[in-house]
Amino acid sequence: MIAYRPSRAPGYAALALLALALAAGFLPVLRMGLEQGIAGLDPYVFRVLRFTLLQAGLSTFLSLLLGLPLARALARQSAFPGRALLLRLLNLPLALPAIVVIIGIIEVYGARGWFGGIFDIYGLQGILLAHVFFNVPLAARLILADLERIPAESWKLAAQLGLRPLAIWRLVEWPAVKSGVAGAALLIFLLCASSFAVVLTLGGGPRATTLEVAIYQSLRSDFDPQRASMLALVQLALCATLALVAQAWGGLAAGWPALRLQPKRYDGRSTTARLLDGGIVLVALLLLVPPLVALIGAGLFHINPSPLLLRALLTSLGLGAASAVLAFVVVWPLAAFAVRSGGWRKVTSIAVLASWIVPPAALATGWFISLIAHAGMTGLAAFLVIAMNALMSLPFVARVLMPALAQSAEAHDRLCLSLGLAGWSRFRLVELPVMKRAIGLSLVMALILSLGDLTAISLFGTQDFVTLPALIYRQMGSYRFDEAIGTALVLSALVLAFSTLAERWSDQR
Amino acid sequence: MIRLEDVRFRYEEMAMRFDAEFPTGSFTAVIGPSGGGKSTLLNLIAGFEAPEQGCVLIDGVDVTALPPDRRPVSMIFQDNNVFAHLDLWQNVALGISPSLRLDAERKARVDAALAEVGLGALMHRKPGEVSGGERQRVAVARALVRDRPVLLLDEPFAALGPALRRDMLDLVKAMQQARGLTVVMVTHQPEDAQAAASHTAYLENGHIVALRPTAELFAAQDLPGLRDYLGDWSRPEL
Amino acid sequence: MKKTLTALFALLSLTAPAMAKDTLTIYTYDSFVADWGPGPKVKEAFEKTCDCTIAWVAPGDAVAMLNRLKLEGKSTQADVVLGLDTNLTTEARKTGLFARHGLDVTAAKTPIPWTDEYFMPFDYGYFAVVYDSQTLKDPPKSLDELVNGDPKQKIVLEDPRSSSPGLGFLLWMKQVYGDKAADAWKKLEPRILTVAPGWSEAYALFTKGEAPMVLSYTTSPAYHVIAENTDRYKAASFAEGHYLQVEVGGIVEGSQHQELARKFLAFMMEPGFQDQIPTNNWMFPAGKTSVPLPPAFDQLVKPAKTLLYAPDEVDQNRRAWIDEWLNATAN
Repeated sequence: MIAYRPSRAPGYAALALLALALAAGFLPVLRMGLEQGIAGLDPYVFRVLRFTLLQAGLSTFLSLLLGLPLARALARQSAFPGRALLLRLLNLPLALPAIVVIIGIIEVYGARGWFGGIFDIYGLQGILLAHVFFNVPLAARLILADLERIPAESWKLAAQLGLRPLAIWRLVEWPAVKSGVAGAALLIFLLCASSFAVVLTLGGGPRATTLEVAIYQSLRSDFDPQRASMLALVQLALCATLALVAQAWGGLAAGWPALRLQPKRYDGRSTTARLLDGGIVLVALLLLVPPLVALIGAGLFHINPSPLLLRALLTSLGLGAASAVLAFVVVWPLAAFAVRSGGWRKVTSIAVLASWIVPPAALATGWFISLIAHAGMTGLAAFLVIAMNALMSLPFVARVLMPALAQSAEAHDRLCLSLGLAGWSRFRLVELPVMKRAIGLSLVMALILSLGDLTAISLFGTQDFVTLPALIYRQMGSYRFDEAIGTALVLSALVLAFSTLAERWSDQR
Repeated sequence: MIRLEDVRFRYEEMAMRFDAEFPTGSFTAVIGPSGGGKSTLLNLIAGFEAPEQGCVLIDGVDVTALPPDRRPVSMIFQDNNVFAHLDLWQNVALGISPSLRLDAERKARVDAALAEVGLGALMHRKPGEVSGGERQRVAVARALVRDRPVLLLDEPFAALGPALRRDMLDLVKAMQQARGLTVVMVTHQPEDAQAAASHTAYLENGHIVALRPTAELFAAQDLPGLRDYLGDWSRPEL
Repeated sequence: MKKTLTALFALLSLTAPAMAKDTLTIYTYDSFVADWGPGPKVKEAFEKTCDCTIAWVAPGDAVAMLNRLKLEGKSTQADVVLGLDTNLTTEARKTGLFARHGLDVTAAKTPIPWTDEYFMPFDYGYFAVVYDSQTLKDPPKSLDELVNGDPKQKIVLEDPRSSSPGLGFLLWMKQVYGDKAADAWKKLEPRILTVAPGWSEAYALFTKGEAPMVLSYTTSPAYHVIAENTDRYKAASFAEGHYLQVEVGGIVEGSQHQELARKFLAFMMEPGFQDQIPTNNWMFPAGKTSVPLPPAFDQLVKPAKTLLYAPDEVDQNRRAWIDEWLNATAN
């Protein structure tokens, strides 16, 4: 059968661009390391690796420990007051920049915070707290989506057979979620293993350093390319292994889980079940709400509407929009091939993954070295930040676009082929109107991701080139803590507005 | 006998009202346009939906407040009647014990039921390894071991080819007659109703417009909605 | 695709500032150019004396700045580098990126006689443990008391790999403990709340109340007296003496604006610059000021002994001493 073929040039161009970006980033660091003799696997590297694995493992375990029961409670109790609100709340941490959450956590659990003294937040406990804050909602949403995919007949069958909660768990729920749980676990592990801002600010120095932060430190602080390239190789190997395993399991990047119409369930009506589920929801609220409330309480009256804030806001929006467009332009031609050919699908998923797992700190330094010869850093810095953020959002953009594109290909390919509709006119007349929600959603997700970026901007930013997270970090660092919280609030409001938009788009299909 | 007394139910914009009797040992087909409330009728009898008012009686007992598993009812759906990760034998055994702990006598009953629906040789396969028709037979076998006097079927064979469908209908019909079951079956195929059902109900806009002996209903001239619903199909019969 | 990229570059070129006048690019540490630091006033004062614009680039703390410079090498945009300290000058000079300043070294008012031909000092201070007298009633009276004290009373330190106070403290420990420095670090470790990447972050945590002690300068209490009218925060006087930090500026050899850069370095020693140091950078001025120091500076801790390594010695041992610290404190 003759199949529809998108034109090849944009696909190859996108691949070449990606390869170039990755090579320009990674090779100089590697070369620098090789020239000066790569550092051996000294005890420091092992300690950092051990801590990376330890904190990522514990973070994943704790996130699932609460995320799984929370997902089940939410699936089982399909109609309690505030449920829809809670689901919205669960989407929030995914979108919140790490720096904002860190401030919230210091406000709540710091020495002078509401719950001060419970946790020693500078070190492992603080890192775990922040990671759990981010990933319990993620785990819950991913698993909830799996639970809601269980067909309505299974619930009817379970009700008719009179299955008890344990039997329902064993026969209906666990089989439906187990691969999802494994996928979520790997995703969370990967996110935590490469976590940057949280470890940098709450890590407490050398005693709690992960590979990602150690790379950054050895390049930016220590200027030790030998050690940096060693660490970067270890990090790359670790992430690549995890990512490939996760990919094999299916489903790495989390889409925006939709609030769908759920099938009716007949279990969980007993008082014990309700109390149990209520308790779990309460624990989750206790984890999620205080840092957010603390932020609002502390920041509301400290928003300093300075020209700097306005400039940071505009810079953030401009960079975010540009990187969203760039990510889209790179992913689209690849995705157009990937949904039609198995070979391209493999190539695309490897390319997209590679862009994600190369340590950003190493990548950014490599770019820095490659491009330093080409002067005019101000403009270049902006472009590098855009490129870095676009790169980091590729998997998420691909995750949103691919299913929609596959659907469109299925529905329209034959008709387009018979009408000779191709290229730009096909995009304009068919994909754009049909997929406008998916396209919009992918752009907004990329925008949200880059709004929260601290890695790229902390590597390329200058005194005058500042985004909202960079401004927060600067204000935090200059004893303007209240102002930092105010700025964090502005950033959160912005992110919240965009994620509400994204949610609305993902709900209506 | 199944009795619905002034059962009211609202789904989105449609207000439904059912007043009907299905005599013990009868086999009733339910036909009518999509969205008319056919599945809801079964869900109300099985206990998957609760009526806003009115009551459902089975063999004289008011079951309106009972959960699905406490009603003397088995139901077979169009799809997803089996758990994909359990083999056919286990899927049937669930009908007796949700923990799958069965004594020798009960195990024998499961074996017998599987043999009766013609799955004796396939009992240790997973649902993914057998055909769609065979999966539906598993549901029938489970209904056999559950041994409840009422059997509800919601378009159970819609996805099967004509010959298979006929086989399955025969199987259900034989089972109904051997055990004196009360069967209510939703279908879109008039010939299914004519082949197996002693009675046929025509449902429209949430109401049972007519419930008559099957031949009589298909011949009726006083039901304009039914004529439109059946369309060309009925003409050669006239 | 092509169109989009063109559009992107167009967008980027909008963000680049218009370059009409000569622009002097100065690398410095972040707190120098904060709104409340000396940077804005220095910029204003210098721009009045020349037909030029100062562009600040602040990559972080002083060590981070030096590393940025090393990364960029000959192609750096910097004309002047402001804020390295004597612990870094040898390393900086060895990059070959700096030019001789050609200024009169005797003009420098520093506790040690100034002889460096490449770098001129603009201020100095002594590192000190600053504590909150409301929460810490019994502050350590020596480095040894700090090392062996109650681990429940925490201190915020800076990372010697990225921050000059962090490096200063590392050298302070080394000078006091010598070969036993690693053991002393191990003993101190439980008292460390966190090791912040730079002074700004560390001091923010301290004033937020996260810890009762922070590594800062003997001059820090003056800020709180003058700007906040409180004597709550005090510097602890240590029996072993205090480590000295002299902050310097230097001219980048490859700079397109040699004349302007030299003019700036000369300006650095003038009251127009020096006047901003005491109450904006909260350090002691290393040149002439037009007014005497505020009275609050008279009440500051006066070190019993000044500790300092020669720049060459720091350069030879920095990597080894940092590794010693890394291995002693990472567990």
